[in-house]
Amino acid sequence: MSNRKDCSGCQNPYTPQMARIIRILPQIQDHQLFQIQFEDQQLVKSFTYRPGQFVMLSVIGTGEAPFSISSSPTHAGVIELCVRRIGHVTDALFKLAPNTMVGIRGPYGNGFPIEQLEGNNILLIAGGLGMAPLRSLLNYVLDNRSKFKDVILMYGARNPEEMLFKYELLNLIDLADVKCLLTVDKDESKTWKAYTGVVTNLFEHVDINPAQTYAAICGPEIMFKFVLEKLLQRNFPKDRILMSLERNMQCGVGKCGHCMIGCKYTCLDGPIFTYWDAINLPEMI
Amino acid sequence: MKIVKLPKKNLAEFIGHLNSFGQIHAPVKRGEKSFVFAPVTELTEIELNCNRTILPLKKYFFKPVETMFNFCAQKGYEVPVEEQDKKYIIFGVHPCDIHGLKILDMVFSGRYVDSYYFARRRRALIIGLDCTPDELCFCRSTGTDFVDSGFDLFLSDIDDSYLVRVGTSIGDDMVTAADSLFREVEKEDREKYKAKSIQRRESFQTEIQLQDFPGIMDLEYESQVWEEVGEECLSCGTCSMVCPTCYCYAVFDELNLDAESGQRKRRWDSCLFKDYALVAGGHNFRAERSSRVKNRFFHKQRGFVTQYGRPSCVGCGRCKAYCPAGIDIVEVVNKLRSQTRV
Repeated sequence: MSNRKDCSGCQNPYTPQMARIIRILPQIQDHQLFQIQFEDQQLVKSFTYRPGQFVMLSVIGTGEAPFSISSSPTHAGVIELCVRRIGHVTDALFKLAPNTMVGIRGPYGNGFPIEQLEGNNILLIAGGLGMAPLRSLLNYVLDNRSKFKDVILMYGARNPEEMLFKYELLNLIDLADVKCLLTVDKDESKTWKAYTGVVTNLFEHVDINPAQTYAAICGPEIMFKFVLEKLLQRNFPKDRILMSLERNMQCGVGKCGHCMIGCKYTCLDGPIFTYWDAINLPEMI
Repeated sequence: MKIVKLPKKNLAEFIGHLNSFGQIHAPVKRGEKSFVFAPVTELTEIELNCNRTILPLKKYFFKPVETMFNFCAQKGYEVPVEEQDKKYIIFGVHPCDIHGLKILDMVFSGRYVDSYYFARRRRALIIGLDCTPDELCFCRSTGTDFVDSGFDLFLSDIDDSYLVRVGTSIGDDMVTAADSLFREVEKEDREKYKAKSIQRRESFQTEIQLQDFPGIMDLEYESQVWEEVGEECLSCGTCSMVCPTCYCYAVFDELNLDAESGQRKRRWDSCLFKDYALVAGGHNFRAERSSRVKNRFFHKQRGFVTQYGRPSCVGCGRCKAYCPAGIDIVEVVNKLRSQTRV
């Protein structure tokens, strides 16, 4: 029968591969960066991914959840996941010590279209935990700096204490490679040296040609709305606005149905969508 | 395609022969008006005139609950060993359900192949049987009232005999193993088949226009109809459970009493359940019942067309038959077609 596939040799796409938590780097309150390495040395070498892709992480005995990769494929060997403690899987993950085994499968999703991005200006706009997937793209771009024109990062957090990768990003401010604009909504400690105000205010410090730029956005839902408004005012082409979206995902491979938006699976067709996709898929943003 | 004739008086003996090919499952009577696919050994147990079973065939290949992995801290995740040799023959499968299976085959294959589904799927032989539509059937509208693949054998009623279409090599083995029961198809049989086919096409009581429906769904995305259906829907998920092409599932881990080993399982889920689109942290992308109802219709009739080239509804009528709120897909489609929102 033509449509009855014999898959006796097929791999089970749901099998988590054993991996070890190498280091846990505390970030801000309830956020940690987990450095993870596969046990299988072959897999350590062969595992690669695109910025913007995600993995399914299993905490043995608790469950599985999707996490976007925060590291760049240019640094092979270790995968970094920036995790917020927010549900039962992350609760259990935060109780694990370095050297504990977890399950990892992936990478999944489309990731950023990096080949298409080459030769363009890159404008990264992040809010809160939205920095997690964009850090992968940022570091990828910085590691392949000659392939891109101007690189601008606009990142907003509620206050200096809640800025992810703060010291790493503060170190970028003086670099010529990237225009790093960091802002906080409020600075009660009065120690913040960069900008204050919402992330969209940073647009006034940016002069960029939309026709030669790709904008990559990730952040809370409300931020998408205001950032999109700004980008559209500046005549950004709708297919040059890239957004990383979050949905309930239980398989990561386009079967379980939970991440469905209209006719797209966030796990297969996304999580990176263009604003043009969003116009065609109601309920996306 | 090879076509032979099986006189009805030989059917019982043929069913007997089939036992050597695997365990036979066929529609049997369960309640007053309900039927289920269940193991049988002889013809007398089979309900040949059953219009629809409560659950479609997916229960055989995509189990309501199944263990995906046994896990423990030392060994990680291991796939449970299942009996590999047990073969099933599913007898009496109507065209809509065969189409449903073909759709599930598409969903569970592709870039990532669901090994659990196909491990069972390839052990099953399908013997189709034609049927006379009742008032709930609308498979003619969904283009699933006829099949030309997806079966090993397909039996079409021509009064005193069945015309048997042989779809696969193993189907042919089943026929040759019981060679003496079969006859050659004669001119008169061919005429009967054609006449019956027209008669069947004309006996549909329910018809909806679906070819242009994806476009209409886009136009009526904001329609009040969704609010109305959302008000009626109980979010019970029955429609998803009985649907031959609903394949959503939820994954969960169960820990053994030793607190270090357990099972990762999956179970049928429904996009109508309240927590279906809930993410960690509490945001629910489809908190409103109306938006969940709309999503289900949208995925069946619109989204699936973009993804796989056809709607995933096969017109079996189960969702209407079993909805406790009496939601009727045909009525919803007709409302969306006839009412234009202001």
